[in-house]
Amino acid sequence: MTLSTALTGTARIARAFARAREEKRLAIVVYLTVGYPDRAATGALLRAALDGGADLLELGVPFSDPLADGATVQRASEVALRQGVSLRDCIAEASAVVRERDATVLLMGYTNPFLRYRGGVAGFASDAARAGVAGIIVPDLPSEESAEFDEALDPEGLARIDMYAPTTPDARLARLLPGARGFVYCVSLTGVTGARRALGADVAEFVARVRRHTALPIAVGFGISAPEHVASLRGVADAVVVGSAALDAVSGAPAGRRPEALRAFVSALAAAGKG
Amino acid sequence: MPAVAELEAAWLEARADARFQTELAQVLRDWVGRPTPLTDAPRLARAVGLARVLLKREDLAHTGAHKINSAVGQALLAKRMGKRRIVAETGAGQHGVASAAACALLGIECVVYMGTVDARRQQANVFRMKLLGAEVREVDAGSRTLKDAVNEAIRDWVTNVRSTYYLLGSAIGPHPYPAMVRDFQAVIGREAREQALAILGGLPDVVIACVGGGSNAIGIFSAFLDDPGVKIVGVEAGGEGVASGRHAASIVGGSVGVLHGSRTLVLQDEQGQIRETHSVSAGLDYPGVGPEHAALARSGRVRYAARTDREALDAFALLSRTEGIIPALEPAHAIAELPAIAGDGAGQTALVCLSGRGDKDLEIVMGEGLIR
Repeated sequence: MTLSTALTGTARIARAFARAREEKRLAIVVYLTVGYPDRAATGALLRAALDGGADLLELGVPFSDPLADGATVQRASEVALRQGVSLRDCIAEASAVVRERDATVLLMGYTNPFLRYRGGVAGFASDAARAGVAGIIVPDLPSEESAEFDEALDPEGLARIDMYAPTTPDARLARLLPGARGFVYCVSLTGVTGARRALGADVAEFVARVRRHTALPIAVGFGISAPEHVASLRGVADAVVVGSAALDAVSGAPAGRRPEALRAFVSALAAAGKG
Repeated sequence: MPAVAELEAAWLEARADARFQTELAQVLRDWVGRPTPLTDAPRLARAVGLARVLLKREDLAHTGAHKINSAVGQALLAKRMGKRRIVAETGAGQHGVASAAACALLGIECVVYMGTVDARRQQANVFRMKLLGAEVREVDAGSRTLKDAVNEAIRDWVTNVRSTYYLLGSAIGPHPYPAMVRDFQAVIGREAREQALAILGGLPDVVIACVGGGSNAIGIFSAFLDDPGVKIVGVEAGGEGVASGRHAASIVGGSVGVLHGSRTLVLQDEQGQIRETHSVSAGLDYPGVGPEHAALARSGRVRYAARTDREALDAFALLSRTEGIIPALEPAHAIAELPAIAGDGAGQTALVCLSGRGDKDLEIVMGEGLIR
């Protein structure tokens, strides 16, 4: 494995998507809350997700009020916060897995902890870039309010990935997507994160609508929990994001077998994204 | 973002529409019972050492608090937007009751989110909401109070955004809520200013209101912000004392942060996690404050203070005994500030927003051993 910390975050993301595209498969993005089910477990779980075929890792930064998240991530965040997991700890976890596996790592968290980081958003951007983090996803930070973040992230080569709900009008897509970095995160349905039986009926149409405004890869997330969901997005999206269902796979396994359970779960999803 | 953009457009359009304003004014008059009186409180004034105290009687508005002003305004807006379902959060239960009543009036389905801690301490209001046809969903997450009810209401809203209107109770949350709620609550200030001019032949020296999220306060303050001669004071919940860390005083004891879509003053730890709050009054038990209050604190136009649970309870008893008015625990915090106002000059006339009545708080107050 060659280390490529010299790559910028956006270049790292582009590389991950290019590999999946060359292999004619959906890229798999796996979300895990840092510090869930406990601090010591995170490193092994991240490696297991990569072993199962994850192309990008999304490290959840725990927050007291995770508005965009359903019950699974809320509970995982509470567990992590009780152990005092901080944004700094999340950067350290990212740094470890980037060094060891040359992984593409995003941090997903809410606005306030980034603002409170030592040195503010600029201090965060500098530490995150040094750790090899590729970008961040901040669901309570709309593009219209993101100038302070973008001014700090851009010079460090970090991407701020925007989320778009299916209710987004074309005019907003047209206005904001030209400024997008890395990839575009399409939310499969109106609502919060969490495993669901079925995806929103209009996902394909929504992704097609977004694609008219951007050449960047498109990932679909929220609600994805099963190989059939992944299979149904082949030829529609470039990537799928799985979070709550990954946490469920972890918490559903006995303590010693969690990494193995996660690896198997991710590998089933990855298989469904091929061909 | 699309949801708040849709809301802003609808609100601006309604605000400029004379028919909407006429309909709102009629409901406020015939159903809410506005204008609410401005009551002279001479025995209270004497007890706190002020020349004169005027009480703006939002406790006499329908459902017993100022919350109804914004609830009915927003419910009319929801109907105009074609929304068939309303979700709301509530702390003390006053906004939940007001929302349930407004939805009953307009025939709109209503779901109210309430933290389990608050539902326990405000059982009578839970019953009122159900009686008014609302579904009450208890929230057993986080601190199990107002903040968590807001989280859950927002989650419901984003999930059902096409059919559902989020009826936010305070001047908090993402734009346009703080400005829109202020607009609907500004009726308090407009009336109070006119009534004060009639009673006093001039303006009061100082205007005082309690501040949780700050909707009654911004409503009454808004009419006096451009009167440089009028001092304005907002009173937050000091809980067991700001120094104890167990309080809900986001302006006096907080710092700049982002919560529920507002950049404002919040109670947070060094990592930016939102802290749990404490107040004897569920309606003030919120770790943030409306962004306009944060701006008024920064500019110095409004002075913000904090009064403890104990001081609020004493003021609760004082107003009951001196004027025959049992206030809610929330505005009891504003009453508790009066002796300090008198300390700046006993000759002053104070206008207090009495934002709600105290019936809902009797059990809590009994538990505090105020009456033996």
